[in-house]
Amino acid sequence: MSNMDKNRRQFIGVGVAAAAGLAIAPGVTLLDLAHARPADQAADSAKRWGMLVDTNKCATGCNDCVSACGKENGFGSTGHPETDPQWIRKIELKEIKSGKTHSLPMMCQHCAKPPCVDVCPTGASFKRADGIVLVDRHICIGCRYCMMACPYKARSFVHEETHDQNPDVPRGKGCVEGCTMCVHRIDRDQLPACVEACKAAGHEAILFGDLNDANSEISKRVATYASTQVRADLNLNTGVRYQGI
Amino acid sequence: MNYENFRRVEERAFYALVGVLGLIVLLGAGAWHYMEEHGHIVTGMSNQIVWGVPHVFAIFLIVAASGVLNIASIGSVFGKTVYKARAPLSGLLALAMLGGGLAVLMLDLGRSDRLIIAATHFNATSIFAWNIILYSGFFGIVAAYLWTMMDRRMKGYSRYAGFSAFIWRLILTTGTGSIFGFLVARQAYDSALLAPMFIVMSFSYGLAVFLVAQSVMYRWNGLTLDAAILRRMKNLLAVFVSAVLYFTLVYHLTNLYFAKQIDFERFILLDGGIYTTLFWLGQVVIGSLIPLAILFHPQWGMRSGAVFSSALMIIFGGFCQLYVFIIGGQAFPLNLFPGMEATSSFFDGRMAHPYAPSLPEFLLGLGGIGIAALIAVVAVRILKFLPQDDFSHLAKAEDLTD
Ligand code: SF4
Ligand code: SF4
Repeated sequence: MSNMDKNRRQFIGVGVAAAAGLAIAPGVTLLDLAHARPADQAADSAKRWGMLVDTNKCATGCNDCVSACGKENGFGSTGHPETDPQWIRKIELKEIKSGKTHSLPMMCQHCAKPPCVDVCPTGASFKRADGIVLVDRHICIGCRYCMMACPYKARSFVHEETHDQNPDVPRGKGCVEGCTMCVHRIDRDQLPACVEACKAAGHEAILFGDLNDANSEISKRVATYASTQVRADLNLNTGVRYQGI
Repeated sequence: MNYENFRRVEERAFYALVGVLGLIVLLGAGAWHYMEEHGHIVTGMSNQIVWGVPHVFAIFLIVAASGVLNIASIGSVFGKTVYKARAPLSGLLALAMLGGGLAVLMLDLGRSDRLIIAATHFNATSIFAWNIILYSGFFGIVAAYLWTMMDRRMKGYSRYAGFSAFIWRLILTTGTGSIFGFLVARQAYDSALLAPMFIVMSFSYGLAVFLVAQSVMYRWNGLTLDAAILRRMKNLLAVFVSAVLYFTLVYHLTNLYFAKQIDFERFILLDGGIYTTLFWLGQVVIGSLIPLAILFHPQWGMRSGAVFSSALMIIFGGFCQLYVFIIGGQAFPLNLFPGMEATSSFFDGRMAHPYAPSLPEFLLGLGGIGIAALIAVVAVRILKFLPQDDFSHLAKAEDLTD
């Protein structure tokens, strides 16, 4: 558990560092990315938004979070999974030794030390003060280096013209995109679409909250139960955690 | 063709060559326009294979560009006369290939219209951004170097310019290799050997390209390369090719040593389909073993035609090597959950859907070669780039037939 505490302390440090970085980002850009929050009000660096996925509650075959994400963010399947945007996907796992199975959603892990941000030549990939990793689609040149660098295959390249966009979520051909944790909803104090859909389906497998707030439900659960970061060996300090695998 | 007859149509032949190269460049531009218009959906690339054939061409050209400058470095930094005579041509080819390679890299961007953003927004932690500086610097330094070689008044600075270019090109190749070295999550690229391996690859590709260009120029002008010079250059080429082969061997052997890399090695070396074929047949047999046999052969190795063919095979092998490295490296799935079998709608846990490069991708890549060749051909016509050996012991093609 002391390890968890250390991690939490790290989050705070990272939050402050990110806030310093954000001072450079013009407010206009932020407004474009998230229409809800006024331009003069920066993301709160005291927070670190995160998710905890309880794989014991996640149902094999249920795809509600995935559909909700597409609906919320304005994309759907064209029947070509290799080029369709897949901000979130369901992975079915089978332990090779025991045969035990798990089902879980995989999306951008909102790393505290995001490789996608490190490699991005223009700075289009960036981390908001509250830990959410985003792509500023106004300066993304579509080099796809971030996709090469992401260990989770969390990003998609927009291969063709976009239709039926949600005005809150600007998208465009030739840019890279990924899970925004529904930043436009968070800024309106709503839950991310996948979290809400999972709740509506009666599973409540995804818990959303502030990892920096010791009293939040997510922090308490992270402190009480064993949770894992996928590819913890890479030391990226992910904002999305898993329980039960 | 009889050389005297060729001389008579030489002028027309030159314009025909420029015309053909121009057409290749135009086709590349058309391919770019088509991809820009429709998006990358018209290519074979996907969210799994995010860098495709254009990157293979671009990286080949950039790596070879830095390698071809090696000829000039041997001349000016290490003071070898034979190579000094070849320094201007080496500098020209370096600039031409870097230009072609960068064009392909830029035109393959999802938003190639945003080039200005790439120039004005700079993320200092990105090795990619640093590479842009390295490439621009390379242009500047090599251009200055060429100037010191071509302009008598500047001759005195040639050594310094040559030395800077030598250092810069080593850094540049390291930078290119590091683009992949930073991708630690991908098994193909998680190796400390990448930077030195890219440097030897650049030596080998660069010299092969140089020999091809030199042969064509000599033929065109009815000259024959002096046997002693040919011997030196082909021996050097053989050394470079062996070095690449050695590095490839060490790269795979060290991977085999790490248990977590075994599956990846199996994929490339045994059951990776096209990647396995391109590795063994393309890179190892056609790109290394056959040319080595020719170059080391006491008679064939001294025939300029045979050396020319070997160089072409080495270039072909280089393309195969980069194809396996860049595309094969992406086709192998990321392993998110060790010890578990994974399935998903996004190809987790299995080899990606086959990557089928589309025609526009090849045309874009060939366009890059076209740009490089066009620059070189036109410049050679206008300025003196033909290697100026001491011609007293060189004769017309008819007399010298070794
Ligand atoms: S999961 Fe991938 S896209 Fe998300 S922050 Fe980490 S590296 Fe970036
Ligand atoms: S594709 Fe866009 S976000 Fe990704 S590294 Fe390139 S410029 Fe940055």
